[in-house]
Amino acid sequence: MRRTVFPHKLLPWLLLAPQLAITLIFFYWPAAQAFRQSVLREDAFGLKTTFVGLANFRKVLSDPNYLNSVRVTVVFSVLVAFCAMAIALFLAVQAEKIIRGKGFYRTLMIWPYAVAPAIAGMLWLFMFNPSFGTLAWPLRQMGIYWNPLLDGEQAMALVVAAATWKQISYNFLFFVAGLQAVPRSLLEAAAIDGASRRHAFWTITFPLLAPTTFFLLVVNTVYALFDTFGIIHAVTGGGPGKATETLVYKVYNDGFVNLIMGDSAAQSVILMIIVIALTAFQFRFIERRVHYG
Amino acid sequence: MARILLNDVRKSYAGNQVIHGITMEIADGEFVVIVGPSGCGKSTLLRMVAGLEAISAGTVEIGGKVVNDLEPRQRDIAMVFQNYALYPHMSVRENMAYGLKIAKLPKTEIEARVAKAATMLELEPYLDRKPRALSGGQRQRVAMGRALVREPAALLLDEPLSNLDAKLRVQMRLQIKEMHLRTGQTTLYVTHDQVEAMTLADRLIVMNKGVAEQIATPLEVYERPASEFVAGFIGSPAMNIFTVDAADGRVTLPGGAVLPLPVPRGGDLRLGLRPEHLRTAQPGEAAIPVVLRSVERLGADAFGYGMIEGSEVPMVLRLPGTSQLSRGDRVEAVPDPAHLHFFDPVSGRRIEG
Repeated sequence: MRRTVFPHKLLPWLLLAPQLAITLIFFYWPAAQAFRQSVLREDAFGLKTTFVGLANFRKVLSDPNYLNSVRVTVVFSVLVAFCAMAIALFLAVQAEKIIRGKGFYRTLMIWPYAVAPAIAGMLWLFMFNPSFGTLAWPLRQMGIYWNPLLDGEQAMALVVAAATWKQISYNFLFFVAGLQAVPRSLLEAAAIDGASRRHAFWTITFPLLAPTTFFLLVVNTVYALFDTFGIIHAVTGGGPGKATETLVYKVYNDGFVNLIMGDSAAQSVILMIIVIALTAFQFRFIERRVHYG
Repeated sequence: MARILLNDVRKSYAGNQVIHGITMEIADGEFVVIVGPSGCGKSTLLRMVAGLEAISAGTVEIGGKVVNDLEPRQRDIAMVFQNYALYPHMSVRENMAYGLKIAKLPKTEIEARVAKAATMLELEPYLDRKPRALSGGQRQRVAMGRALVREPAALLLDEPLSNLDAKLRVQMRLQIKEMHLRTGQTTLYVTHDQVEAMTLADRLIVMNKGVAEQIATPLEVYERPASEFVAGFIGSPAMNIFTVDAADGRVTLPGGAVLPLPVPRGGDLRLGLRPEHLRTAQPGEAAIPVVLRSVERLGADAFGYGMIEGSEVPMVLRLPGTSQLSRGDRVEAVPDPAHLHFFDPVSGRRIEG
């Protein structure tokens, strides 16, 4: 790499200052606040706070509602990440086969990404609301007792579908780029070696896509954990009961709706640790199996 | 082992024909080289035999079976690509075994074949390495191995040596020749390199602009080129070809000099003379006067580059390595009457003398 030598020591820091300031103010300072809050307890009127050590953590971790939320989050994240990636890969492979109007199809596929999460949530809500949803009626005609306002599993399916739908575009873009990076001659060699298209896909294309797939796995996990707040908020509000209350949603609920700041802060600290651990795990164990060409 | 038959094979892209009907029979075990300048359609022709390009018209037959509508995997062929196309995420062993596993050969058979190919190509120490940990020559050998283990009816090679350095290319050329002698595999080999073409081929297809200009043995192509294009393409340095005015056993050269030569007919003709078939004249002998502009000394030989006196027509002569001639000198060159080539100035086809 080329090293740039600055005439004096102050200039590089000055040039870095805006980015550093943003990182410090919007990332480190709130994180530090969360850590501080997580060991404090505020009284009901917000008049005084007392230091309670790890009591908030103990309380949160022994709360059955919290454990339910962990379970909901795991189910939700795994489903969203898997579905969003699998469907996007399928669509990307299909889009590669198109000869005419390839660019047009690709552009269409990218649109959902431009839709804000809350709007996406509303769209799905309007389509599947049991009383006025456009698609709820045909579902009922098909003999499905469709009511996500009462049925937790149906509510989960709905938020998973909405969150997946929104993420497919992003994954699609990366998979298309990844597919184009697979040299044509390798697939030709495989064809001559006797591989059917399906076999060549799973033995040549898919392994060579591994860097893209791995990157998307990390991004999609983080997306499912955090960025789906808007969708859940708009579609189910965490209900029915607590059937779709993910960890992030519970942090918001306890902190800003129920105003239990200490609990909420402890939960966000735990969430932070989970995400760091998960990402570290993905890099440590999954990346090993990734072949970078 | 199989015979390949090309019957008036054509290729067009969106109505634009790029291969204009090639007919040829490749015998079982024959080594045929398709040679031509870049863009002449030689790779396209090979890819049509392989099944990687659709055949627009005509038929390709491999082992007595028309394969036009068969997928590459149904054609019983193997191919070596110019960039080798090794699977980067598989070891050398896995690369070679890939096709055999698909063919569902028993495990012991796969191991035996891979081991045999690895021994023949001296790849045993590298079997567990990934392609990126190999040198260019080693990758090339893996590509060869991957094609050979399948023991296909026909082996297709698309400029397999063009990514290697000069020394390795000579080595691999010899190795390919030896391998062909040992396996007796029907082989179709594409190259733009005339040395590879001349040394490897049992027979050559010289292609130009989608047309097979000549299909013949290397020696025949050299001694009796069927067209002016072939004459200029095969041979190094290239043949001297220029227009002469022929009449009654004499030709008038571009500079005005007159040379007695057995001519096939009168009028304007294109005369081809190879540098190695010109000698310096005895005193008083009728000859081509050449003024040298530079002399390249290669040790054993020297090549004199100049022009026919009184004209702008370039002329290359082969001189003895010890020649003392230099720029500005005048040389009298006499063509060997046994090696004259006449071509029609319009069609470019050879005129038999």
